[in-house]
Amino acid sequence: MATDQDMYAGSSDTSEGRVFTVTGQDWDQIVEGLAEEADERVVVNMGPQHPSTHGVLRLILELEGETVTEARCGIGYLHTGIEKNMEYRSWVQGTTFVTRMDYLSPFFNEATYCLGVERLLDIEDQIPEKASVMRVLLMELNRISSHLVAIATGGMEIGALTVMTIGFRERELVLDLFELITGLRMNHAFIRPGGVAQDLPPGALDEIRGFIALMKKRLPEYAALCNANPIFKARLEGVGHLELDGVLALGITGPVLRSTGYGWDLRKTEPYCGYEDYDFDVQTWDTADSYGRFRIRLNEMWESLKIVEQAADRLAGLEGAPVMVADKKIAWPSQLAIGSDGMGNSLDHIRHIMGESMEGLIHHFKLVTEGFRVPPGQAYVPIESPRGELGAHIVSDGGTRPFRVHYRDPSFTNLQGTSVMSEGGMVADVIVAIASIDPVMGGVDR
Amino acid sequence: MSEGQKDVVPEPKPPEQPAVEQSPENVPAPPGEVTAVGARTGMFGASGTPDTSGYGGLVAPIVFPGPAQRPYGGWFDEVADALEGHLGHVVIHRGELTLHVQRDQLLHVAQTLRDDPRLRFELCSGVSGVHYPDDAGRELHAVYHLLSMTHNRRVRVEVSVPDGDAHIPSLVGIYPTTDWHERETYDMFGIVFDGHPALTRILMPDDWPGHPQRKDYPLGGIPVEYKGGTIPPPDQRRSYN
Repeated sequence: MATDQDMYAGSSDTSEGRVFTVTGQDWDQIVEGLAEEADERVVVNMGPQHPSTHGVLRLILELEGETVTEARCGIGYLHTGIEKNMEYRSWVQGTTFVTRMDYLSPFFNEATYCLGVERLLDIEDQIPEKASVMRVLLMELNRISSHLVAIATGGMEIGALTVMTIGFRERELVLDLFELITGLRMNHAFIRPGGVAQDLPPGALDEIRGFIALMKKRLPEYAALCNANPIFKARLEGVGHLELDGVLALGITGPVLRSTGYGWDLRKTEPYCGYEDYDFDVQTWDTADSYGRFRIRLNEMWESLKIVEQAADRLAGLEGAPVMVADKKIAWPSQLAIGSDGMGNSLDHIRHIMGESMEGLIHHFKLVTEGFRVPPGQAYVPIESPRGELGAHIVSDGGTRPFRVHYRDPSFTNLQGTSVMSEGGMVADVIVAIASIDPVMGGVDR
Repeated sequence: MSEGQKDVVPEPKPPEQPAVEQSPENVPAPPGEVTAVGARTGMFGASGTPDTSGYGGLVAPIVFPGPAQRPYGGWFDEVADALEGHLGHVVIHRGELTLHVQRDQLLHVAQTLRDDPRLRFELCSGVSGVHYPDDAGRELHAVYHLLSMTHNRRVRVEVSVPDGDAHIPSLVGIYPTTDWHERETYDMFGIVFDGHPALTRILMPDDWPGHPQRKDYPLGGIPVEYKGGTIPPPDQRRSYN
């Protein structure tokens, strides 16, 4: 085979018309091949591919020249049957599954699930204050890391590699905090029905304060790099335009909704986890385009930083307070501790159940093997994830396992906006429009 | 059947009537009509291993929250007034309002919920399917969560259809956002949304057999060997339900 031939590229005739496979610098083949039938439509299949951390998405574009006349998404490549699997595990084990759905915002997945389970258990009033504050702290740190990835990968997709490298640099700092607090960078399963899994480790508040101070220096770098950058603005302004009526009809929430000027944020309108006690502003923009969504994400990181600061101050006054509901029939009994050979079962807890308390042993055994029962009924407690309204529809039949859990994932719903945002625009703007939606396919496909 | 097998104690079966009606003094019935879908037997719900607790014959019906009685209180009554005559029973549980609607009323109810200035439920959060195999005649449920941004209220609309005739009118004309959600519910439960512009599978491959989220669809999985022991797949492990 000659080296100038690409074994993966070429063209073939099918009943649907001529099919070209394009792998790189060989678009001229298409131009030559279509020379005699240039007036016909060209359907371009983009993917299924893994465009940075968004996940595997397939786009089917119908082109006329460089203009997109129709755009459709093909999804399902990351479907792993998480909702089905949860029906075969206990309620607490469910958190380890939901955290893997939208992998860029694991704490939000856990929080909406646990809030729903707590509503069915009717223990919403009994969640300790410290658990709620820790949830808020983790969720807002998570919002920062998620928005950083949205900006970083969005920048990378239009060739702004510096934005990508600094975005991931700061995200790593947030993941370090997660690792310190929960033991894991991702897939934490840290927020549990009834509270959170562990208390804050010693020194965590100092680390968080150091992070806040650092971010206050670093966030202006993004503004300096991008806000008035003529190339950046030229690529983003007016692209992916969608007004309020279209956004509402398509059920789109989050930064895309707020970029139309409507300040809808569930943290303000339906406060959960005590968000009404924090001082922050809902960020809006009025251009309804990709540039506005970028600016909203940038501003929201500042607001999240404000909330993290307030949560850290509150946590300083809550040292030693419980982080799990007092009801021993629900609270996860087991605790972890760092021993000489790494993280493992807390020796204090083992001593307690094996030597001191028969009742403690029974509770441990029952909760770990059987789990608790949740009264029959259904609940839906949506929260404001970085991408919009995230809610878990939870149905219990009174058993120790979820009867049905369905996630209303904002990425899934928002991705429906791809068609209206990119049809009539240039093919290069499709990438920008989708990046401005910030879909995470793990959440879309579940 | 051979003679010898007659002496075998039969497996405890759910009674013809729910146990609530048999012994009303023992189980506090929620207000209104009791919606029992199936029953749970034994003390621990373990199956496959003998229950030596002495409570193996217990039968407890699975009772979902029953219909609420008027007045519901607050804005719940406003919604019910605006939809008078088009609603099935109304359930209020843990502060959430659920409107059960017949499928032939769904389009009218959804249109009213969206357009009536007293209601204004502008945003549909999507469709979630639930399969209740023991709820005879209404096995498949489609659950819509609606949000009124004007009044900051939420309502849940639930439509149930029999397994043999799983057709529900599509809401795409009223809430275009349900496009993908209805495709997902079709994909996972086999509910056909009549009037949907392109009701195809969305998450599973186009040629996939069956609808995976139904309760009669097996989870699948293989036993895993580890250090000489064998761990069965999740749906075959000992469970307490």
